[in-house]
Amino acid sequence: MSIKGKAYIAGIYEHPTRHAPEKSLAQLHADVAKGALDDAGLSLQDVDAYFCAGDAPGMGPLSMVDYLGLTNCRHMDSTDTGGSSYVLHVGHAAQAIAAGKCKVALITLAGKPRSEGQATGTAPRVPTTAAPDIPFEYIYGPTVVNMYGLAAMRHMHEYGTTSEQLAWIKVAASHHAQHNPHALLREVVTVEQVVNSPMISDPLHRLDCCVITDGGGAIVMVAPEVMKSLKRPRIKLLGAGEAPKGQMGGQVDLTYTGARWSGPRAFEEAGVKPADIKYASIYDSFTITVLIQLEDLGFCAKGKGGAFVADGNLISGSGKLPFNTDGGGLCSNHPANRGGLTKVLEAVRQARGEAHPAVQVKNANLVLAHGTGGSLGTRHGSATVILERE
Amino acid sequence: MAAKERKIPAPPLNPEVQPYWDGATAGRLMIMRCKDTGKPYFYPRAHSPFTGSENVEWVEAKGTGVIYSWSVLRRAPEPYALAYVTLDEGVTMLTNIVDCDFDKLACGQKVKVVFKPTEGGPPAPCFAPT
Repeated sequence: MSIKGKAYIAGIYEHPTRHAPEKSLAQLHADVAKGALDDAGLSLQDVDAYFCAGDAPGMGPLSMVDYLGLTNCRHMDSTDTGGSSYVLHVGHAAQAIAAGKCKVALITLAGKPRSEGQATGTAPRVPTTAAPDIPFEYIYGPTVVNMYGLAAMRHMHEYGTTSEQLAWIKVAASHHAQHNPHALLREVVTVEQVVNSPMISDPLHRLDCCVITDGGGAIVMVAPEVMKSLKRPRIKLLGAGEAPKGQMGGQVDLTYTGARWSGPRAFEEAGVKPADIKYASIYDSFTITVLIQLEDLGFCAKGKGGAFVADGNLISGSGKLPFNTDGGGLCSNHPANRGGLTKVLEAVRQARGEAHPAVQVKNANLVLAHGTGGSLGTRHGSATVILERE
Repeated sequence: MAAKERKIPAPPLNPEVQPYWDGATAGRLMIMRCKDTGKPYFYPRAHSPFTGSENVEWVEAKGTGVIYSWSVLRRAPEPYALAYVTLDEGVTMLTNIVDCDFDKLACGQKVKVVFKPTEGGPPAPCFAPT
């Protein structure tokens, strides 16, 4: 059974905050839940399905359904694939709606890494679980940034990708962020500024890295009959794909991501091709993340990502593939260090025609959002969704 | 060469992979091989990731290989080189490159295993350029 056309995104909300020491984590979830339901024209009592991931406090749906007051909830899903979780949830919610398990699904994300002062990128994460890989990895000091550095270094080695090409990704994001009043970094930067920013972990510079922010977001997905009763633009889910990728028993290959599988699955279900996509939200924890995923999703050939992103090709209005027109994780926000949900939000804004006028893509009737969660350097989950404005 | 070497924490131990650390203590790099397929694998585990079978064995690796990729965390108090090394046996493992000039590391560079002390645990297999 396909989920094509079986569910719509009716409501979205992005928390305007980037620093919220005065709010609790649960409160941020409630803020965005209310925002997205208001956007859709629905209430808490209309929600019959709730989706959250590892950022939700307590026992995930059990704590949050109770806290939020979702008294009619009859379907729950807390699949956690890190930052891509919420892109997966869009697909999972559509499955549940298509199967008749629910009609109004709420997906929330929130976090406060900025106010909690986490050295998110450069501090090794302390092992707290019985994860089987821990003894063979943790001792060597893997962090977020050096693991992505490994992926970037290998891509450069195999394909000749340069720091200047990677820098163009940040430059494009900054061109978009200047128009987003909520973006953490609104200054337009140049390739030179990126490559001359301090080296954090070879070959990634400070400006190759995403921001660390508080905040959150929420999505409301509904069945077709519910969508008909609402006043918002009809943004239909055409296709969704997901894929895990790991080390494959020691056959490590960092030159591609799970997008190699999740992308084609989504495109096949949607019945469209990469060339048909008018706008793409691409997970941007680091510049290299964007480049490799663009290749894997089929926007350019493997190894040609450097040339593809160069010279402003991702900038709305001048480039061929406008991406992350809210400024993305590189400039705007990365709530809970998980950027998947906000990728869906900007894709919906574009499809609705509600992006900032300076970055709105003309006739953005077909859009894509893609997320990666976990680490490009070890194991991660990829998720792709393709949306169409009816 | 880093001014000061980063201290390596002790690995969390569990009985499933104790021979790995016993090998390291004796100066041997141990990997596992699936006897059904003949293929080596990493990291070690009791069931073959290729077949699910427990028909697996520990084998000593030669301890030589090449750097698959590397990244020096320059912002750490004591910068260190995280790397993947592809062993001659064909598996790739996460490790640190040590006893080296961080500015001369390269993908494809030949390296050899060296065992570095950890904080109160068995030694950690690391690699140094040959």
